[in-house]
Amino acid sequence: MSDATIKTDVVIIGAGPVGLFAVFELGLLDMKAHLIDILDKPGGQCAELYPEKPIYDIPGMPEVSGQELTDQLMAQAAPFGPEFHYNRMVTGLEKLGENEWRVTTDENEIFECKVVVIAAGGGSFQPKKPPVPGIEEFEQSDSSNGAGVHYAVRKMDAFRDKDILISGGGDSALDWVLNLQPIAKSMTLVHRRDDFRAAPDSVNKMRALVEEGKVNLHIGQITELTGESDTLNGATLKNKEGELQHIECTSFLPFFGLTMKLGPVAEWGLNLEENLITVDTEKFSTDQDGIYAIGDINTYPGKLKLILSGFHEAALMAHDAFKRVHPDQKLTFQYTTSSTNLQKKLGVK
Amino acid sequence: MTKITFVEHNGTEHALDAENGMTLMEAAVKNSVPGIDADCGGACACATCHIYLRDGWAEKTGSREEMEEDMLDFAFDVRDNSRLSCQIKVSDEIDGIVVDVPEKQF
Repeated sequence: MSDATIKTDVVIIGAGPVGLFAVFELGLLDMKAHLIDILDKPGGQCAELYPEKPIYDIPGMPEVSGQELTDQLMAQAAPFGPEFHYNRMVTGLEKLGENEWRVTTDENEIFECKVVVIAAGGGSFQPKKPPVPGIEEFEQSDSSNGAGVHYAVRKMDAFRDKDILISGGGDSALDWVLNLQPIAKSMTLVHRRDDFRAAPDSVNKMRALVEEGKVNLHIGQITELTGESDTLNGATLKNKEGELQHIECTSFLPFFGLTMKLGPVAEWGLNLEENLITVDTEKFSTDQDGIYAIGDINTYPGKLKLILSGFHEAALMAHDAFKRVHPDQKLTFQYTTSSTNLQKKLGVK
Repeated sequence: MTKITFVEHNGTEHALDAENGMTLMEAAVKNSVPGIDADCGGACACATCHIYLRDGWAEKTGSREEMEEDMLDFAFDVRDNSRLSCQIKVSDEIDGIVVDVPEKQF
């Protein structure tokens, strides 16, 4: 949390492949960028949904994994010193004056900039919330208080001496069973089948703890949460046979993966078509001066949701944004292969 | 054309004709059936096109593959008759199929 206003040329919303390449294109034209992303790492969907999955349609890269592409784009952007702000959602976008925008986040940061680039892909990743009736009442917004429902663990110590119930069968669920079990008062894991997607090593460790009686494993699904006023004290488990069982817990951590929601973007008054931002394909500008939209979040006739389209869009955006950031300068089009000026910026020796 | 009926949680029926070869999910999205979100567009990567098969259709639609089984972990209120509609192909075999849409896809 910070009250100091960060002043910069450009704020990029979303640090996915297209946002990262925008840093490069902006940097070549002497524009400095800050990136804000809801995830805890760069790469967007590439890093979150398919880090290991090969991508075959990046020009010049016959096969590259989502993580490798992210790493390469980070290296390509590095000479321009982008600054990253992870684990934050942009909540507000407000026009301050001609060529001046204010961007605010859910961590109360304030950015003031001349250009905003929305490269938010499918929207912001948010945890899937199990549709258990009344779950919202038990959601805990204070990450240092382990009681109640949490969709992520920010401070492990918050869960010390708690009766923890974890639901899910993937790596997040199993990792937190293993990491929190030693400090918990009790640990219960619930999964809908006796088969886990998580890394085999984690599954073996979890099974060993079950053998030792340190973790309670139930096969079934949570159908109800119970508590007094807004304090969680238990959950109802329905097993395969449909029988109900009460489980005592003070903390419930469901791990059902992430889903993409457009989020606050919808509230910024931009022209939308089926939840996508319409743009002018000459500059990839939106209907508001100084706001651009590139990558999967935009739409225009013939749009293809491909990473390579986003790269092209980033280049055109940067050339138009230049006029806003450096209104007094003349833009000379140059190639990185031949321009010593560009090579100097890239740190080529 | 194959007849498919989606029944919303509130009982509203959507009977539609679908072309063979497309998926149940695509047919639902094309006809704006509420409750089939299909966030990922059919890549079996999101579990937001979860449906329940009515009795008798399980054999005709084939069984879940491992990838679908894994993705169903991300769905809610998964039952024995749960399927992801992006993994069921429309064919003459399933003409007249009726499926129920869950209350919520998350």
